Order: sequence, then C-alpha cells, then structure tokens
Amino acid sequence: MKYLLTALLLSLSATPVLACETVQLGSLEISEAWSRASIGMARPGAFYVTIRNIGATDDALAGIATPVSGKPMLHETVVKDGVASMPHAPAIPVPADSTVQLEPGGYHGMLMGLTQVLKEGETFPVTLTFRDAGDVTVPVAIRGMGAKDAGCVDKKD
Amino acid sequence: MRRRTLLVIGASGVGALAFTLGLGWWQNRDSLQPGSALLPLPIGKMSFTLTNHRGVTVTPSEWIGRPTMVFFGFTWCPDVCPTTLSDISLWLQDLGPDADRMNIFLVSVDPERDTPQVLADYLSNFDPRITGLTGSLAEIKRAVEVFRATFEKVPREDDYTIDHTAGVFLFRADGRFGGIIDYHEDRRVALPKIQRLLKAAS
Ligand SMILES: [Cu+2]
Repeated sequence: MKYLLTALLLSLSATPVLACETVQLGSLEISEAWSRASIGMARPGAFYVTIRNIGATDDALAGIATPVSGKPMLHETVVKDGVASMPHAPAIPVPADSTVQLEPGGYHGMLMGLTQVLKEGETFPVTLTFRDAGDVTVPVAIRGMGAKDAGCVDKKD
Repeated sequence: MRRRTLLVIGASGVGALAFTLGLGWWQNRDSLQPGSALLPLPIGKMSFTLTNHRGVTVTPSEWIGRPTMVFFGFTWCPDVCPTTLSDISLWLQDLGPDADRMNIFLVSVDPERDTPQVLADYLSNFDPRITGLTGSLAEIKRAVEVFRATFEKVPREDDYTIDHTAGVFLFRADGRFGGIIDYHEDRRVALPKIQRLLKAAS
C-alpha cells in the first residue's frame, strides 16, 4: 500500500501540466507525451505520445531525439502466438485525419543508453522528426513506474 | 461446493458426464493461446528450483493449496513487463484482501541480469504481493518448459532484449491449469477469471 501512497503524493505535488498541453506542428497535434521513472540508467526507457493529424495529407514519424538517451529508436511491441517481441519500426505512419498513439504494448520510443535517471514528476524534452512536417520538441512527463498513460486530467477524444 | 452441485446433477448419469466434458472442453479452448499446442503441466507435476527476490529457495510444490498466477518477464524490459506488472497491480487492488490468498509470481527470463536483489528493487515499485523468481539459466529453462512458454534472447548491437511469452498463467488451488490472461485482455474479462479461481478455492 505504501507505494500507492507515495505515488499519489508525488503525483499531487508534481506538475505534469506542461506535458499535457498540446503542441502544434502544421496540421499535427502532439499531446500526452510521457515516460516512466527509471531505476538508475542501465535499463532502457520507453517514450509514449499521441499524434493527431487533422490535415488532409499523410505523414509519418521518422525518428526521435532526446538528450536523455544516447540511442533513441522507434519500436513496435508485437504479440504473436502469445509471445511478445519488439521489432524496430523504421517509421510510424500518421495518416491524414487520424490519431496515432505510441502507447504501452504498441508503438513506442525506445530510449536506450539513458544519460540520466528519469525521476517521477520531472520532464525531459523529446524532438520528433516527421517525414513531411519536420521537427518539433515536446516536454515529456515522467510518471511512476506503474503508470499506464500520461495521466492528463482533461483527456481529449 | 461447486463439485458437489455437479455430483447432485450427476444423478442423471450420462447427461451430467456430457455436461462435465463439455465444460472441460470449453475451459481448455478458452485457455489455449493461438499457436500453442500444449497446455502447461499441473503445478503438482512441475519440477524446478528457483530463488525468490528475498533470497529464499522456491519449488512449485509449495504453491499447492492456493490459486497461483505466474508470468514471465525481465526487469530490463521497457514496455510489456511494466505494463503487465501495473495491470496485475490494478487487478490485485480491485480484488483487495481476497488476493492475499493467492500466489503471484514473476519468473525472470533474464537470470543474467535479474539477481534476487535486482528483482527486489524493481518489484518495490509494484504491488507487494508479487514475488519475483530467478535462478540458474538451466532452472529457468525447466520452468519455462513446464509452462509450455518460450523465451529467446535477441542480440541488439552491444545489448540484448528477450522475446518471451506475455500472457499471465492461472492455476487452481489444487494446481490444475486454470487459464491464461492474454496480454491486452480487458480487465473486465481478466478479473472474473481470477475471481473464479478464488471462489473455487474458498
Ligand atoms: Cu522497445
């Protein structure tokens, strides 16, 4: 029970507000960027985000960069015949008029070679590179290790 | 209790037998993962020796008498494992004190890095009723095999990751296999599966 209380207290005192704001890049709306707290720096982290394409043309997320990872990559968790694997995703399609989520058990940014400990309640920047729309940097909320989403209160759609 | 009810109905003989067989068939079909040809052995027929995250030796025969939940993972796993652990933590929260009457194990498929101490640090972030198990690679392989699960080390540049069976295995208090909660399975489906085991054991 203690870990729950701690998580609750931390989430009350933290300020994930910034990371819950939507950042606009052309016809792309990027929101709910989050990651989980890390134990030390040896393990890879994961990065999740919601990308909404309100435009009429397709785009694709081609890569990510962040000062907290020496080797960030795009991955997709695939469960086939009950076995989970995590192949590299060369790009993540962001079709016209649709919403794509990097979320637990699906597409994610894999943050290998962490350069700092990810502490719950803090934020770090991630630059998303889109094939057509170009680059945009968003603040990423670091949530508890047991988190399953960005924890934004006024969640859209 | 439930068995007695079945026996009473069983007074009509053949009809009840057909019913029981039908039930068995349904449960097996429900629990089978697509592509997996075999069911896990009952716990009573399992044989392996692992160490828990408190450094205590564990054998499956000790699990009999309580419903058991087992899943495979590793602490370097960034996506599937923390998600499964938080799913389980949420189920346990929903089950409340009832879940105190269960065995809940995470079996590491990365004994190289997951020592008991590493597991202890990692699991302190989740429900304390989850026990981590690790051991020699040979014993981990024996455990994975009797669950009819799989794992495979996948080299990745100067590092590695591990593909592994992602579902949560359920066993009845008497050790018989009680189904699998697949990864991504909705909690409205997952919770009743666990509650059924607990009810049968009470
Ligand atoms: Cu990954």
